[in-house]
Amino acid sequence: MSEHSDFDAGSYVGEDRVPGEPLPEQRSVKEEVRGYVLGLVIALALTAASFWAVSSHEIYRQGAAVALLVLAVAQMGIHLVFFLHITTSPDNANNALALAFGVLIVCLVVFGSLWVMQHLNHNMVSMGTLMQMQR
Amino acid sequence: MSTTAVGYAHDPDFGRPESVHGQASGHGARGPAPKRTVVGYGFWIFLLSDVIMFSAFFAAYAVLFKSTAGGPNAHELFDLRNTAIETGCLLTSSFTCGMASLAVGQRSQKWTQIALLITGLLGFTFLALEFHEFSGLVARGAGPGRSAFLSAFFTLVGCHGAHVGAGLLWLGTMMAQFYAKGFRQDIRHRFLCFSLFWHALDIIWVAIFSLVYLVGTLPPELLP
Repeated sequence: MSEHSDFDAGSYVGEDRVPGEPLPEQRSVKEEVRGYVLGLVIALALTAASFWAVSSHEIYRQGAAVALLVLAVAQMGIHLVFFLHITTSPDNANNALALAFGVLIVCLVVFGSLWVMQHLNHNMVSMGTLMQMQR
Repeated sequence: MSTTAVGYAHDPDFGRPESVHGQASGHGARGPAPKRTVVGYGFWIFLLSDVIMFSAFFAAYAVLFKSTAGGPNAHELFDLRNTAIETGCLLTSSFTCGMASLAVGQRSQKWTQIALLITGLLGFTFLALEFHEFSGLVARGAGPGRSAFLSAFFTLVGCHGAHVGAGLLWLGTMMAQFYAKGFRQDIRHRFLCFSLFWHALDIIWVAIFSLVYLVGTLPPELLP
């Protein structure tokens, strides 16, 4: 049994990949350029959609902020896949896991801060009331 | 020992150095990962920590968004035309940076230098536009000292701008290194880190233009 066939079940033998590195199956430059162009086109479309969501009144106005958040997350995903080449392939597991942990911390920091500060604001005596109490 | 061998007979890793010695080598079944993988992984960890730092600035901005101290709010200040041009510059520069990494893969000095030069010019245009915007805000009396909202805004967007500035310096040294030393392996590893850095900056800018500029220009009564 050759060294090669021992380990090629569902994995790429000894070819761990990192973000930015081409796919293990040899892709031609043409295909790689096509990948970047596709990423650029999708990213531009999502950017245009974001600007459109603000300027047009087609979107239900109360939902515009949520629409922008969704479009932003979608575009970040496109950048990760097409430009940084973070995928879920077996040889990319370490990078994807680190990303998942990073996303967890980012969510904790952002939503945790908003949550705590909102409650603090809610429970705090307003400046106007404070002035009256001191009088 | 023989029973252990039977128990592991189905394990494709059996017979590798790890199993033979009965203890972990720390290198996994396939031996140590290639240097390029380790370099990219380490830099990816750094980028994630950088993103976490930005998330703290985003949180501060979101918390202080309404603390305008009677000064101008986001709806009155932001100019979307400028933001759109900045976004186009940075997005295109991310694309040309990808083209540069393909050119490096092809060992083409000419196309590497051309793609990196375009990347750098677009990045410089971005910085110039941002500087123009900032100086305009300061001239209108809406500098970072005006209100907590503007302090958070200048910190967040300025920190991204500082990263782009550092990226431009790095890009210049990469062009010089490719020119002077050719496509040596260690220099290609540095370039891998640079391209990851540049793409990550674009991802952070996506969050800034969507959640700071576009959400900021929505009428205040629409925001939670």
